[in-house]
Amino acid sequence: MFGDYTLGQLGSIFVMQGFAGLILFSVFLLMALGLAIIFGQMGVINMAHGEFMILGAYMTYLTSKLFEAWAPGLLAGYFFFAMILAFLASAALGALVEWALISRLYKRPLDTMLATWGLSLMLQQVYRSVFGAREVGVDLPPWMLGSWQATDSIEIPINGMFVMALTLLITIGVAILMYKSRWGQQVRAVVQNRVMAGAVGINTERVDRATFALGCGIAGVAGSAFTMVGSTGPTAGQLYIVDSFLVVVFGGAQSLIGTIASAFTISQSRSTLEFFTSGSMAQVATLIGVVIILMIRPQGLFATKVRR
Amino acid sequence: MIVTDPAYKDPLLYVDNLSVSFDGFKAVDGVSFFVDPNEIRVIIGPNGAGKTTVLDLICGKTRATSGSIRFHDQDLTRMSENGIVKAGIGRKFQNPSIYDDLTVFENLEISFPRGRNVFGALTFKRDAEVRERIEDIAETIFLADRLDERAEYLSHGQKQWLEIGMLLIQDPELLMLDEPVAGMSVSERGKTAELLHKIIQGRSVLVIEHDMKFVEDIAHRVTVLHQGKVLSEGSMEHVKNDPKVIEVYLGH
Amino acid sequence: MKDINDARENPFFRRQELIGLLIFAALILVVFPAFLDTFRLNLVGKYLTYAFVTVGLVICWGYGGILSLGQGIFFGLGGYCMAMFLKLEASSVANTKIQSTPGIPDFMDWNQLTALPWFWKPFHSLPASVIAVIVVPTAFAFVIGAAMFKRRVGGVYFAIITQAVALILSILIVGQQGYTGGINGITDLRTLLGWDIRTDHAKFILYFVNCLLLLGAILLTQYVTKSKLGRILVAMREKEDRVRFSGYSVADFKIFAFCFAAALSAVGGAMFTLQVGFMSPSFVGITPSIEMVIYTAVGGRMSILGSVYGALIVNFAKTTLSESFPELWLFGLGALFIAVVLVIPDGLAGMLSHYIAPYLGKLKPASDAVNGKSPLNQTPAE
Repeated sequence: MFGDYTLGQLGSIFVMQGFAGLILFSVFLLMALGLAIIFGQMGVINMAHGEFMILGAYMTYLTSKLFEAWAPGLLAGYFFFAMILAFLASAALGALVEWALISRLYKRPLDTMLATWGLSLMLQQVYRSVFGAREVGVDLPPWMLGSWQATDSIEIPINGMFVMALTLLITIGVAILMYKSRWGQQVRAVVQNRVMAGAVGINTERVDRATFALGCGIAGVAGSAFTMVGSTGPTAGQLYIVDSFLVVVFGGAQSLIGTIASAFTISQSRSTLEFFTSGSMAQVATLIGVVIILMIRPQGLFATKVRR
Repeated sequence: MIVTDPAYKDPLLYVDNLSVSFDGFKAVDGVSFFVDPNEIRVIIGPNGAGKTTVLDLICGKTRATSGSIRFHDQDLTRMSENGIVKAGIGRKFQNPSIYDDLTVFENLEISFPRGRNVFGALTFKRDAEVRERIEDIAETIFLADRLDERAEYLSHGQKQWLEIGMLLIQDPELLMLDEPVAGMSVSERGKTAELLHKIIQGRSVLVIEHDMKFVEDIAHRVTVLHQGKVLSEGSMEHVKNDPKVIEVYLGH
Repeated sequence: MKDINDARENPFFRRQELIGLLIFAALILVVFPAFLDTFRLNLVGKYLTYAFVTVGLVICWGYGGILSLGQGIFFGLGGYCMAMFLKLEASSVANTKIQSTPGIPDFMDWNQLTALPWFWKPFHSLPASVIAVIVVPTAFAFVIGAAMFKRRVGGVYFAIITQAVALILSILIVGQQGYTGGINGITDLRTLLGWDIRTDHAKFILYFVNCLLLLGAILLTQYVTKSKLGRILVAMREKEDRVRFSGYSVADFKIFAFCFAAALSAVGGAMFTLQVGFMSPSFVGITPSIEMVIYTAVGGRMSILGSVYGALIVNFAKTTLSESFPELWLFGLGALFIAVVLVIPDGLAGMLSHYIAPYLGKLKPASDAVNGKSPLNQTPAE
């Protein structure tokens, strides 16, 4: 399949597909970060994670419309407001869901999967009733349009670079929060020994709720990023959920570096393959690869040997 | 041990230079000991000495980093968990590990050593032999009148007995018990000692226990583990007077 | 003491179970055919093909605690094996002489295929196809199960992997339309060995064939639950290590449960194709797979008959509601997932044995006092 291209063309293809893959990487990574925080820390699977992302996307869409109508002069900066709003909305819904649903199911991870799947169906229907079944898109502010001409044959879109930078910032923020802050210490204490953590005065319920809300909030930010690269519809979140799960599992659920590396591997191989075959076959090939590797190495690529 | 001694018998279990490490931490470090047929061996030692890990290694729950475990002529480090059970080793866990959702009768039945593969389990018949054996064992473990109750309704002590019963029904040559009297009331403790005296006939037993009175009561020989190594070994009398042991237990 | 001895007797059916089965058999064999027109009866027949999946899930999920979110894989593979045979019969050279390559299915011709792909060739033969209906999905389940369970992967991980496989298979079927018929699936199926399956009469007959197969599947599953294997599955769900160190290869039993469920699902899929007249990727993917789990949950994950009623009730509600209030349906289905898990984890059957059986027990104190506290009626604490 490489035969029809010159070496130089191939190089450009890889760079440009690689960059397209980086945007996918951003969405995967933000989705997976949220999932991994929730799964790794609490052993709970949130099947409605895609819908939390879409909530963030709709929030971004609403903000852009509001700015367009009331403050067109500030449109260039709407995205930052949108991001914060997306985070807050998804995190608030997350906290509510944790209180009403998840906290009652902590000892039953499989049932949690079913319940959150039900939640995802309900949210999809809510989105459809409120925003309509048709997909919506945001208008990018002018400074994000256009692309950077790196060489004759390599063009890199500016919004893509922006999303990338944003993702990196959030990832670093999460890492600091989890590994350096007092709160992160509490979370890890609860993971290692819930009873002991409770006994030394950590409010484990509050830690659980905040962790879940944080994971959902990050999904909301992923939704903001998502509006730059795809159009938002009621069921768009579902398309990403399986991939994001696999990113988490493939990376080894406990490891931040692992999650980053696996998001990178999966998005890059998919994006590169996409150029040579159809999009769906690229997805299939990537998923098959991941599933086969997970069958051989179920603990994921980056998990350390743990005592069973 | 002098090999030319006419009284010498091959040991039943021979643990040789056994080590395992987790993430660089050596939980068991070059442990060697052997257990003779019909011997009751007690392993004692402070918390974190590696006692439970030694049992885990013998029954195959944890895989050794190096060293060997010989049982008769087989090397257990290369065998599957269910292969080790079939070879004649039974293991009781520290916390009572029974099936809450099944009746006491069904708990015991699952351990009956027949029909252990998929096809065998599908065609297993609850015949007179099975029933009699289960009723026999239930008598031994003081649960004859509770056979048809769900196991979750048993008291903590009764759950421990039930698990011991589940091992007895396998009739293992080597029985490994992890803290069999932990968490028991005084009267249950007495009954457990009585139970152990009854069931050790004709088999070797390897026990982890903290209760020194209980240990003195049952042990033929005692092995003291400390920080993953064998600190001392011999009769209870010998171990009690070993300065190294006194240092570990009373020192600091 | 009589009750207690009865319980230890472990009969194939307790009296209540036998009565339940007879009522169910009368319902599907007599009541439905007598009171429903052919269209509605065919619809019930379609629902009952899902019951094969739910019965399998009782063993795999209810007893074994193994949640598969990919039962659509096996339902679909069984259905496709049947559809491939029927499609080849419908694509005889005489029927397809207007195509540029006569004798191959129409969708292959549209996709510029000029010869039948190798993996279609065995499906010229009915016996080979019937064998494939069972063997292909079961072998696939075996591969997945062996790879995962031998490495001690279970619980949430296993559920995710099965879901991923369901997604892969459905995308693959949609994407490879020259070989699979794509998103429309394999349609326009006409005859089975010359017998037209589209007539009312044929549908009537097929309904009964389906019912008898389902009753057979129920009896077979009843046998499994009453065997020691059923109790081992429950034991494994609770204390996997205890079972392992009682001399069992835990992985083998999980593989069996998963394969058993897959084989039953495949039969359901094949009967679906026969009764409904097509098979498409919309029965393979994530959504149908997880919906079939909820049928089981609604009926009762520990109850064979309960799960069958679950399939009937949920699908009846779906047809009724989604005809008149399509928006309400998705919302209601979502709420159902949550409600079942939070409020009635044992499903309708659990409610029945909880609230009604003790009452019956008072009426007939001698018979079924044991049943109410049957050890197998409880939901696992995972």
